[in-house]
Amino acid sequence: MKNAVGRDIPDFLLENGKEVYQGKNYMDGKYMQKVGPRTRRYETPQESKLVDTIADALRQCGAKDGMTFSFHHHLRDGDFVVNMVMKAAIDELGLKDLTIAASSLGSAHDPIADYIEQGKVIGIQTSGIRGRMGQVVSEGKLKTPAIIRSHGGRPRAIEAGEVHIDIAFVGASTSDCVGNSRGIGGKSNCGALGYAMTDAKYADHVVVITDCLVDFPNMPASIEAIDVDAVVVVDSIGNPKKIASAAARISQNPRELMMAEDVVKVIASTPYFKDGFSFQTGAGGPSLAANLFLEKYIDERGIKMGWAIGGITRPMVELLKKGKVGKVIDVQDFDLDAVNSINQTPNHFEMSASQYANPANKGAFVNKLDFVVLAALEIDTGFNVNVLTGSDGVLRGAPGGHPDTAAGSKVCVIVTPLVRGRMATVCEHVVTVTTPGDCVDVLVTDYGIAVNPLRPDLIECLDKAGIPHVTIESLKEKAYSIVGRPDDVQFEDKVVAILEARDGTILDVVRQIKPFTL
Amino acid sequence: MIKRPKPERFRLRRTMMFMNAQRPGLIKDAYIYGSDSIMLDLEDAVAENQKDAARFSLYHALTTIDYGSTEVIVRINGLDTPHWQEDIRVCVAGGADGIRIAKCESADNVKTIDAALTEAEKEFGVEVGRTLIIAALESPKGILNAYEICCASERLFGVAISGGDFRRCMQTKFDPSGIDMLAARGQMLLAARAAGIQCFDTVFTDLDDDEGFEAELRQIKAMGFDGKSIINPKQIRPVHELLAPTQKEVQQAEAMVNAFREAAAAGIGVFTVNGKMVDVAHIPGAERTLKLAKACGMYEGDLV
Repeated sequence: MKNAVGRDIPDFLLENGKEVYQGKNYMDGKYMQKVGPRTRRYETPQESKLVDTIADALRQCGAKDGMTFSFHHHLRDGDFVVNMVMKAAIDELGLKDLTIAASSLGSAHDPIADYIEQGKVIGIQTSGIRGRMGQVVSEGKLKTPAIIRSHGGRPRAIEAGEVHIDIAFVGASTSDCVGNSRGIGGKSNCGALGYAMTDAKYADHVVVITDCLVDFPNMPASIEAIDVDAVVVVDSIGNPKKIASAAARISQNPRELMMAEDVVKVIASTPYFKDGFSFQTGAGGPSLAANLFLEKYIDERGIKMGWAIGGITRPMVELLKKGKVGKVIDVQDFDLDAVNSINQTPNHFEMSASQYANPANKGAFVNKLDFVVLAALEIDTGFNVNVLTGSDGVLRGAPGGHPDTAAGSKVCVIVTPLVRGRMATVCEHVVTVTTPGDCVDVLVTDYGIAVNPLRPDLIECLDKAGIPHVTIESLKEKAYSIVGRPDDVQFEDKVVAILEARDGTILDVVRQIKPFTL
Repeated sequence: MIKRPKPERFRLRRTMMFMNAQRPGLIKDAYIYGSDSIMLDLEDAVAENQKDAARFSLYHALTTIDYGSTEVIVRINGLDTPHWQEDIRVCVAGGADGIRIAKCESADNVKTIDAALTEAEKEFGVEVGRTLIIAALESPKGILNAYEICCASERLFGVAISGGDFRRCMQTKFDPSGIDMLAARGQMLLAARAAGIQCFDTVFTDLDDDEGFEAELRQIKAMGFDGKSIINPKQIRPVHELLAPTQKEVQQAEAMVNAFREAAAAGIGVFTVNGKMVDVAHIPGAERTLKLAKACGMYEGDLV
C-alpha cells in the first residue's frame, strides 16, 4: 500500500494494526495502552548486587534463546558494552535467536555482523546502523527485517510493548554496588544517560555494566537502583577518546560558514526568533557553526534563547555559561565540554529520550521546539530527507532525533551542500525516506535556499527580509547539471529493514541490495 | 561549452577574490560566495613546473562552469617569463572576461598585452576587443608611470596595487596606519581617476585580524577606491558592507536624481535638495551611489 510520502509498503508488514504513514500528527488524540515489565522482587535486604561477570549476570536474569537485549549508545563509537554482552551470551552461554534493541549502533559494533551471519542474532532494532552490520543487513543476512526507529519512536515503541526488552544492559561511567548509575565521575565519561532511562523502566531485567564502582549512593543517579537487578564491574566500558570527542573546532571552511550564516538569517527572519525562543542543532560542521552566528544575531536583537535541547556540544555550553540561553536540557553529550557541564553548570539538565522526543507522551520537548537545524544525506523535491541509506542503497546512517525534531518544531531547517563529491544531495527521489517532507520547512545549500511550498508564511518571512530563495526543483536541476543524473539504485525484493515514522506507522522499507553489474 | 556574455568594462567590482587556477575544488563554484569578480591565478600560486597543468584546469573551468554574473579574470604570468603568451591564448580561447597583468611598469607593457590579446582573439574567432585588462602596479616604477599605464588601452578597466611586492621594493612593511602605502595608493588613485578608470586596493593577508581589515577598508573607502582584492570568502561580506553607502547617502542620492530629472524637464539647471545645492555635476556621483546601493540590496527603485 502506498503511504503519504508515496512509498509502497508491502502488505505482509501491515499486520496487527500496523499502518502506513498517513501524514504528520496522524495519531494525535488516540489512546495507547502502556505495558508494564515483569520484574523480580528484592525484599530481603542485600548489601550489593555485584556479580563477577557478564555471563553471571545473564544467568541471574534468566537469559535464554530468543530474548531481546537492549543497549544505549551514549558510549558512541567508543562502546565496548554491546560486543562484550553479545560475546558472553553467544560464545559463553551458547544462546541464539537473539534480538538487539539498541538506541543506536555504529562501526564499533562490527563484530556483531559475524553473529548475524551465523544466525545467532536474528533481529536488530535501532536508530543507527553502520559499518559491517549495515552491510550484512543490506545483503539480506539478518533473519528478520531490522526495525529502524527515531529517538522518539523508540521509547514510544517500548512503552507500547511493540518491543519487549528482556534484559537491558546499561553501560555506566559510574555505578554504586546496587546500580545507581551516572554518565560522569569515572574514567569513561559520557555525560547524559537519557537513552537508557526508558529501557531501565520497561525492561524485565536491568544489568548495569561499569568500569568505575563508586561509594553508595551515587547521586544524582540517571539510572536508579530501584530498577537494577545486577551490577558488573569490567576493566573498561569503552574507549574514552571515541566516547566524547575533544571539542570540535568551529569550521573554518568558507562553504560551511556561508551556509551556517544563511541558516541563521532564515531563522532570524521568522516571527519565532524572539526573546525566549528554543533551538536544537546537530554536531555537523554547518550546524555547529550556526551557533556562532546565532550568538551574533541574539546580541544584535538584544534577546536571549529560552532553552536548547538535543545532543549538546561546546558552543551551546558556552552560550549557557554566558547567560545567552536560559536552560539546556540534554539527552546526550557529544563532546567533553558538554560531558563536564551536565548537572554541573547551573541550568544544564538531563532528560530521558522519552521526555526529549516521544510523540506519544504528553509533553515531549521536541513538540515545544521553535527551531531545529539538521543535516541530510539526501533531500528530494518533496522535501523528504534520507539520513539512513547511502547512494549505494546500503544502511549507513541513523534517523536519530531528525524525524522527531523536524515534526515537532515550528521551523525545521535542513543544511547540506548541494553535491558531495559526485553525489547530488538534492535529488528527485531519496533512496529511503527517513524524515517525511511535510515536516521539513527550509533547505539551505551552498547554491541557494528553498522553502517548502507548504510554508507560505516562511516564504513571506524570507521575502520581507530580502533573503533570496529558489525552488527546490531548480536546486535539484543545478545539482544534476554539475554531477549528472544518477540511475536508480537497484534492489532485490526482500525487505531488510523497516523504517518506522515517529508515530509507529511505516514510512519506508529498505530492500536487499543487488550486486552491481554493468 | 559555456558562452559568457560580452564583459562590461565599467561594472561593479567591490571584491576580486584570488584563487589558484590549478585547484579544482576552489574554482569549480567560486561564484557561490558572491564576490563581484574572481581572479584565477596562473602566476604566483602556481609552481613553475605546473604552469601547463594549471592552464588545462583553467581552460576546462572556463568552458564548463557557468560563473553567471560573477566576473572571471585571470592573472597571467609576467612579461619577463616564458609563459605569458600561452596564458593569453588560453584565456581568450576559454572566454575569460579579462586578464590581469602582473608587475606592470609602463604603457608599453599594456600595449604588448593588448596586441597579444588582439592576435589571440583573431586566432580563436573572438570579437576583437572583447577581453578586458586590469594592470597590477607592484613597483615604484609602476606607480610613477601610473597615468601613462591608465591611458594605455581601451581594454583597460582599472589598475590595482599589489602590496607585497611594492612594500618589498620600498623597503617597508605592512603598517596598520596605512602610511606604508599612502603615497602609492594616492598616486595610483589620482592617475586612475584622471584617466577615468577604476582603482583597486591590495589584499589584506591576516585573516584573523578583523579589526585591522575593517580599519584598512575604512581608509580605502575614504580615499575613493572602487574595490579590493581578497583572498578568502570570509572577506567578502566586510568589504561589501563597508564599501556600501549609508542609508542617508542613498536617500540623498535618490532625492538628488529625482530632483535633477524634474528640474531638467522644467529647464532648471541648479536647484537645492535638503538644503544642498545640486547641479548636473553631482548627478553621476549620485547615480553611482544608487547603483552601489542597488548591488548591496539597499535600493530597489528604478532610477538606475
